[in-house]
Amino acid sequence: MMECKPVSRGRFGLHGGQYVPETLMKALIELEEAYDYYKNDDEFQNELKDLLNNYAGRPSRLYEARKMTQNLGGARIFLKREDLNHTGAHKINNVLGQALLARKMGKKRIIAETGAGQHDVACATAAALLDLECVVYMGAEDIERQALNVYRMKLLGASVVSVTSGTGTLKDAVSEAMREWCSRIEDTHYCLGSVMGPHPFPTIVRDFQAVISEEIKEELLRKEGRLPDCVIACIGGGSNAIGSFYHFIEDKAVRLIGAEAAGRGINTKETAATIHVGKPGIFHGMKSYFCQDEFGQIAPVYSISAGLDYPGIGPEHAHLYDTGRADYVAITDDEAVEAFEYLSKTEGIIPAIESAHAIAAAKKIAPSMDKDQILVITLSGRGDKDCAQIEKYCSNRDSKFTNCEVI
Amino acid sequence: MSALSKAFASDKAFIPFLTLGFPDLETTKQNILAAQKAGANVIELGIPFSDPTAEGPIIQQASLISLNNGYTTKDFLNFVSSIKDEIHVPLVFMTYSNVVFSYGIEQFMKEASQSKISGIILADLSFEEREEFESVAKSYQIDMISMIAPTSQNRIAKIAKQASGFIYLVSSLGVTGMRSSLNQSLEGIIEQIRKVSDVPIAVGFGISNPEQASQMAQIADGVICGSAIIKNIFESQKDNLPVPDQVYSFVYDMKQAVSC
Repeated sequence: MMECKPVSRGRFGLHGGQYVPETLMKALIELEEAYDYYKNDDEFQNELKDLLNNYAGRPSRLYEARKMTQNLGGARIFLKREDLNHTGAHKINNVLGQALLARKMGKKRIIAETGAGQHDVACATAAALLDLECVVYMGAEDIERQALNVYRMKLLGASVVSVTSGTGTLKDAVSEAMREWCSRIEDTHYCLGSVMGPHPFPTIVRDFQAVISEEIKEELLRKEGRLPDCVIACIGGGSNAIGSFYHFIEDKAVRLIGAEAAGRGINTKETAATIHVGKPGIFHGMKSYFCQDEFGQIAPVYSISAGLDYPGIGPEHAHLYDTGRADYVAITDDEAVEAFEYLSKTEGIIPAIESAHAIAAAKKIAPSMDKDQILVITLSGRGDKDCAQIEKYCSNRDSKFTNCEVI
Repeated sequence: MSALSKAFASDKAFIPFLTLGFPDLETTKQNILAAQKAGANVIELGIPFSDPTAEGPIIQQASLISLNNGYTTKDFLNFVSSIKDEIHVPLVFMTYSNVVFSYGIEQFMKEASQSKISGIILADLSFEEREEFESVAKSYQIDMISMIAPTSQNRIAKIAKQASGFIYLVSSLGVTGMRSSLNQSLEGIIEQIRKVSDVPIAVGFGISNPEQASQMAQIADGVICGSAIIKNIFESQKDNLPVPDQVYSFVYDMKQAVSC
C-alpha cells in the first residue's frame, strides 16, 4: 500500500522518525511548529516564490535532448535543467526555503554539512543574501576533492570547518554538524541538505524540492498534453530524486527510477549503493536503509561523487522502495564518468558527476522504450566542480587501457 | 524498586563510564574491577559505535580504538557475561540505537539480562521512539534510562513520569566532554522532576573533577563521569602508568567528593 504522507512523527511506512538525543528535541519541535505555520502562510510562500523565480532563476528549463534521443534510439528524452539554477544545482531550492524559515524563526546563524559542496555553496549564498552567519562542515577528504567550492563558500562569507573524524566524508560532516547543533540551538538553524535526518527534515526538504516535479508535470501537460512515462534522478540522500518524483507518486503509470552510486561495484566494499547493499538501521536521526556491517557499525562508503558518497538513503525513498513504487539502479564510477563525457559531447552540457549517474541509468533504459514515450532525466547540477577530478580519472583510465592494448 | 534505583538508596552515587574494549578488553576488566573497588555505585559501559554523534572527541577516539581492535557487540556481550560473577555493582550499557537494533532488540536484551545488565542508555533514542526498545527491555527487567536536558522544558514531567532505574540529567548542551563551568539552572529542572517522580537523578556531561562532582552531588542523587576518566586513561598510557591503578585513584577521589 502506498502512503506518501507521514502518519505520525514523520514516518514513511517503517522508516523515518526522530532518533536524536533529548537535547535536540526542542529544536526539532520548534522547527516543525514553525514550518507547519509558515507553509500555509501566504507572505512566506510569496517571499519564497519571489526568491526562487527572481534570484535562483526558476522555473528551470525542461530541455528536449534531441541528439541524445536520436543517438539512443528509444524514448524522447527531456532534461530537467536544475544545473541552470543560481549556484549551479537543485540545492538552492531547499536552502532558500530553510534560510527564509530560519530568519522567520529569529535565528541568526545557519550551519550545514556538505559532500560535493553544492549544498554549502547554496547555504553560503542564501546566508549572504539574507544576512545570516554561515558555518559549513565538510569532510577533510571532500575539501580536497572540491577545492573550487570551498573557495566559493569563503568568498561568500561562510566559514568552512574541516571534519577529520571518521572517514572525513559526508557522513562525518553530518555527524559534526549535529554535534554543533546540540551545543548551540538557541540562535542556530541546522540547514540539512537532503531528505534525511530526523523528522521534520525529510518532509521539509521534500516539500522545498517538490517544485522540480511540479514544474515538469505542468510543462509536459501544457506542451505535450501528457505525463512522462519515466523519471530518472540520481540519489545519495535523495533530495533531487524525491523532488523529481513527488508530484508523480500518485500517477502510478509514471515509472520512477533512482540512480545510486555503485562506486567500484556493488560486489566490492567501495560502494555507496545503499538500496543494493544496505539493510534497515537507525542512524543520523532516522530509521532507513544503511550500508553497515553485521553489527550495525556504519560502513565507510565510497563513490567518485562526493555528493552521493553517503551510507544511507532518505526514509521516503526507503518506503518507495519497500512498496515497489520506485526502482533503484546502481551506477558504477566508470559508467558515470562515461556518461559525464557522453552528455558533454552529445548535447554540449557538462553534468555534475552526481547527475551523470542519472544520465548513465537513462542510457540503459531509453533504448528499450518506445519512440513516442517520454523519459525525463533530472540534471541536478552542473559539472564545472568535477572537471579537474574527472580529467585525472580519465587520464589514469585511458593510460591503463593503452597499456592493455599494447600487451 | 529496581536494582539500579537501589544503588542510590544509601548514599550519593558515583557512576564512572568506561568504553568497552579500550584500550583492550583485558584492561577494561581490570578497570571495571578497580572502579568497583574504589566505590563506584553503578558502572556505565560504553559499547562503541562507528559514528557516535552525541560524543565529544575523547570518547570518539576511545570508541575508534576499541573498534579497530576488531571487537564486536557479540564480543562485548560475551565479555560482560564472563565477568558477571566478580561484579556486585549494577552495570549499565551506554550505546547507540543501531547497535541494539541491528543485533535484534530481543536478542540483545536477552543476552544483556543474562549478563546481569541492569539498564541501557541509548544516546540517540528520543522519548518519542523509546517504546520499540523499552517494551522489550522491560520484559527482561532492564531499565531504559531516560535523559532530560536543559532544553527539555515542558517535556520534563512527561519524561520523568515514565522513567525507571535513574534519570540521566544532561548538565549542559552539546556533546560529552569536559567543561570548565556547568549549567546553573539544574536545580529548577530537578525540582520539576521531583514533583512527578521519585526515581533517582544522576547528573552527567561535562563533569571532570571532584569540585564539580561535589557541587552536583549537593543537588542530585548521583554524578556520572565519562570523558575525564577516558582522558585519564589516555594520559596514564602515555606516561606508562598502570591504567587500572589510575582509574582506581580517579574513581576513589570522585566518590569521596560526592559522598561528603
